[in-house]
Amino acid sequence: MTLTLATAGRVLSQLRGDHRTVALIMLLPCLLIGLIAWMFHDQPQVVDQFGPMLVGLFPLIVMFLVTSVATLRERQSGTLERLMTTPIRKGDFVAGYGLAFATLALVQAFVVVGFALLVGMDVAGPLWLVVVVALLDAILGCTLGLAASALARSEFQAVQMMPAIIFPQLITCGLLMPRDQMPEVLEWLSRIFPLTYAIEAMTSLAAGDEWADVRGAVGVIGLFIVGAVVLGVATLRRRTA
Amino acid sequence: MRKNAVVIRDLRVVRGDRTVIDGLRLDVPAGSVVGLLGPSGSGKTTLMRAVVGVQDKVTGTVEVLDDVAGSPALRHRVGYMTQDASVYTDLTVVQNLRYFAALAGVPSPGKAVADAVAVVDLGGHEKQRVGTLSGGERSRVSLAAALVGDPELLVLDEPTVGLDPVLRRDLWAVFRRLSAEGRTLLVSSHVMDEATQCDRLLLMRAGGLVADTTPDELLTSTGAPDAERAFLALIDAADAGSATADAGPADTHEETAR
Repeated sequence: MTLTLATAGRVLSQLRGDHRTVALIMLLPCLLIGLIAWMFHDQPQVVDQFGPMLVGLFPLIVMFLVTSVATLRERQSGTLERLMTTPIRKGDFVAGYGLAFATLALVQAFVVVGFALLVGMDVAGPLWLVVVVALLDAILGCTLGLAASALARSEFQAVQMMPAIIFPQLITCGLLMPRDQMPEVLEWLSRIFPLTYAIEAMTSLAAGDEWADVRGAVGVIGLFIVGAVVLGVATLRRRTA
Repeated sequence: MRKNAVVIRDLRVVRGDRTVIDGLRLDVPAGSVVGLLGPSGSGKTTLMRAVVGVQDKVTGTVEVLDDVAGSPALRHRVGYMTQDASVYTDLTVVQNLRYFAALAGVPSPGKAVADAVAVVDLGGHEKQRVGTLSGGERSRVSLAAALVGDPELLVLDEPTVGLDPVLRRDLWAVFRRLSAEGRTLLVSSHVMDEATQCDRLLLMRAGGLVADTTPDELLTSTGAPDAERAFLALIDAADAGSATADAGPADTHEETAR
């Protein structure tokens, strides 16, 4: 646990020194939501309907990219190799990164939800749940990014992990077409993708549902986070060629 | 007191489809400074990675401080400095060292960090980001990160590369002092002059051991005036006696060209 905290502290120190990255993490989702609110300024119901989804989606994508690049950098700079000769456990490493980025995601969730409210998003369901789901989505993005970075051997591969892993989920999550209208195979496929549950939870909160209605989807997101952490630990190698 | 800090028997390492080390046998006596010398691409780094337990596809016996190389119990007791400075360039010198001290579980990190900074002569740069330091300074931060946990065995991959002669001399004095205090150091280098500072020398070439000797023996046995020429004499002798000598030099050139 001490080593997890030491690692999280170290990652946060690195982020503190990188103001531009922190600014991008906080402002980019706001900018995108702002553009959409502007585009539909005379149809406020569009922002009410889609705002919560975007508040969940944009941070997930941003966090996925940032964590997958951060861990790839650690592999390539040789620091990961050095860490593997120290008493740190693989779980400490992954949890340390997860904890550091979750802290960032918490701030991000407040900033992004706050901004969405500012540009006119009206959530029918409880607002605190929107913040919680946005936070979980961002953490999901982090943990998926950590797991995905194990598959990448170069920066070129790492940047393509985002479209490779996130875009298929985006297409089948119900944003483009209601899931019950999709071909059966795709509908079935969407059930095993975590993003589906992130969007489902936000859609139902936008429609005015309560905790009891979304807890299933929230639980599934939680399970995917745990699964991605386990995958991240399992794919980390102490010995390399 | 144990006799050898590192015992290697029948070591074989495969990288890709190439056997880079084949049937290596050597000992590193406890409490000594052992120099690992040889040209680029001769297998020094691979051997060191096997000793610290991060090299994959290793067969044979690699025993470190009476334990199997890479076993969890050893991770407190072995310090490793990789060839390229493996520290966080976006953190300051002290932030880096504090992190590595925390990982090593050092009881009084503040003092350990200050001591490590003093040893590598980086006083005044404590609050500086590693990315803004020169190459030589960065590699000293990397060395300090290996020293900060006060390990029993230090495995240092080219710790003096790119350093000026004064600093190199000072670091070798530090290595001598650490060994006088009972620690063991396995230090790789391709600067042959540094050979004279070691208690024992391991000369590697094309994944094999050309010689396991002392600096004095190296000079007397070859009759060469300095370590560099003694090493060349040994390689020429090995090439003359080896049927597979044709693969060796080509590899070396390739490594250098990269």
